[in-house]
Amino acid sequence: MKNIMAIFLKQISDTMKNKTVLIQFVMFPVLTVIMENCIELDNMPEHFFAKLFAVMFVGMAPLTSMASIIAEEKEKNTLRALMMSNVRPAEYLLGIGSYLFICCMAGTAVFAASCGYSGKELISFILIMAAGIILSETAGAVIGIASNDQMSATAISIPVMIVLSFLPMLSMFNETIGKVAKVFYSQQMSLMINGEQSTSGIIITLVNMLVLVAAFTVMYRKKGLE
Amino acid sequence: MNEMISITGISKSFGSKRVLDGISLQISSSEIFGLLGPSGAGKTTLIKIITGQLMQDGGTACVFDKDSRKLNGNDHRRLGIMMDNFGVYDRLSCYNNLKIFARIYGIRDDMIYSVLRKVGLESSAKSAAGKLSKGMKSRLRLARAFMTDPDILFLDEPTSGLDPVTADEIHKMILAEKERGKAVFLTTHTMSEAQKLCDNVGMLCDGHLIEYGAPDDICRKYDHQRMIRVHLKDGTETIIPHNRNGADKMCELISRGLTESIHTTEPDLCSVFMELTGKEISA
Ligand SMILES: Nc1ncnc2c1ncn2[C@@H]1O[C@H](COP(=O)(O)OP(=O)(O)OP(=O)(O)O)[C@@H](O)[C@H]1O
Ligand SMILES: [Mg+2]
Repeated sequence: MKNIMAIFLKQISDTMKNKTVLIQFVMFPVLTVIMENCIELDNMPEHFFAKLFAVMFVGMAPLTSMASIIAEEKEKNTLRALMMSNVRPAEYLLGIGSYLFICCMAGTAVFAASCGYSGKELISFILIMAAGIILSETAGAVIGIASNDQMSATAISIPVMIVLSFLPMLSMFNETIGKVAKVFYSQQMSLMINGEQSTSGIIITLVNMLVLVAAFTVMYRKKGLE
Repeated sequence: MNEMISITGISKSFGSKRVLDGISLQISSSEIFGLLGPSGAGKTTLIKIITGQLMQDGGTACVFDKDSRKLNGNDHRRLGIMMDNFGVYDRLSCYNNLKIFARIYGIRDDMIYSVLRKVGLESSAKSAAGKLSKGMKSRLRLARAFMTDPDILFLDEPTSGLDPVTADEIHKMILAEKERGKAVFLTTHTMSEAQKLCDNVGMLCDGHLIEYGAPDDICRKYDHQRMIRVHLKDGTETIIPHNRNGADKMCELISRGLTESIHTTEPDLCSVFMELTGKEISA
């Protein structure tokens, strides 16, 4: 617990000075507030931007930050020094993961407020977002563990991020894309947030979770945190 | 004497390349041991094995009489490790860099300042580590190794690439630790550093420890010429055999007041290494 806390606090002071990570957490919530307040179109679904950006946020911020934080620590050999101080890999990942989770939940609060959710609606929105954030963090961890430096982490994160965060948006305009996008948890999140809650959606999300955990396990066994 | 590190028959290969082949040695408290060898000899690899960062293929490595593969958190606390590649958090200040480890080890804040003072970084406590000069970064990495007041220090090339003044200050810190009863295991390319600091050195080449002992003993051992070089006051130099035959000549020169300075011709560690391996140990 002490070690998780040390990593968590380290990450707070580090992110405050790391603009590329910081901007990811701020960009979508700020955009939401601006768009929701400035743009008014006919036939636009209610809180269109807040819901859209919430999904894009989940597909982007936790994933790319997790990957880049891990990859940077590997590249600069700071992770090594932590491991030599008896920080266990699980403690490290939990420290970073819980920090990112809290940051993303702060963003979630902005989206929820923009949508004006309350009561049951609010709770289900928060649960959907929380699940999405955890899934994205896991995907980010897989990428971070797979890559040896930040360059390769970015190279892998970008396409994954585009798939996860842009497909839900594109599928609003194109049915074929919509069908393909269905297999990804971010599209399921988007459907659920827009009120289409279904058992199949939950199953697909769980399958996504299983796949990611399996990928994580394989990658971790193969490369560890070295 | 108290054995702090004891390794026997350590071997390690990477693929088909045998980097370490049956290395054995002991290091006791209040001893500075220097591992010498050219780049790629396996110095870092040996430190990694002793500190439990890497598994050996054969042999045993013990620190504090405990197998290095079974070290726990408390044992790690007693090891101060500065690897040649350990990084620092560039965006964090020196203080915050150490603070992370203080939290992990449960060390009080005033200890951070005292360590920063010890390595001469007190005035840079608030500067971002990424903006430090190379020498200052080395000091910061050293500070991290000192944090838990460890009983054994592993210093992988602690002064490589540093200016002589900083290197000298680091030497003083290392010697001060020895005075306090700590064991120090350091690696270096610099023979003069080894000669100055180390109680014992080991020369590593092709996986073997080809020579081991106190630097002066080693140099004497390879003093094949056994000559004395005498600089005379008239500016000339003369070589006298270092034996009974040379004694009369020597006495005469001294009694006539002709000598300016007298030197032995024993080789330095560099030439010994050269003689043993035919290889340059560099710088
Ligand atoms: N993880 C690894 N995988 C494969 N080969 C490795 C690995 N680590 C080290 N080696 C090889 O082992 C040999 C010894 O490396 P090591 O880093 O121990 O040398 P060194 O004596 O510390 O050199 P230097 O003075 O340059 O730091 C080198 O040939 C290196 O390429
Ligand atoms: Mg090395």
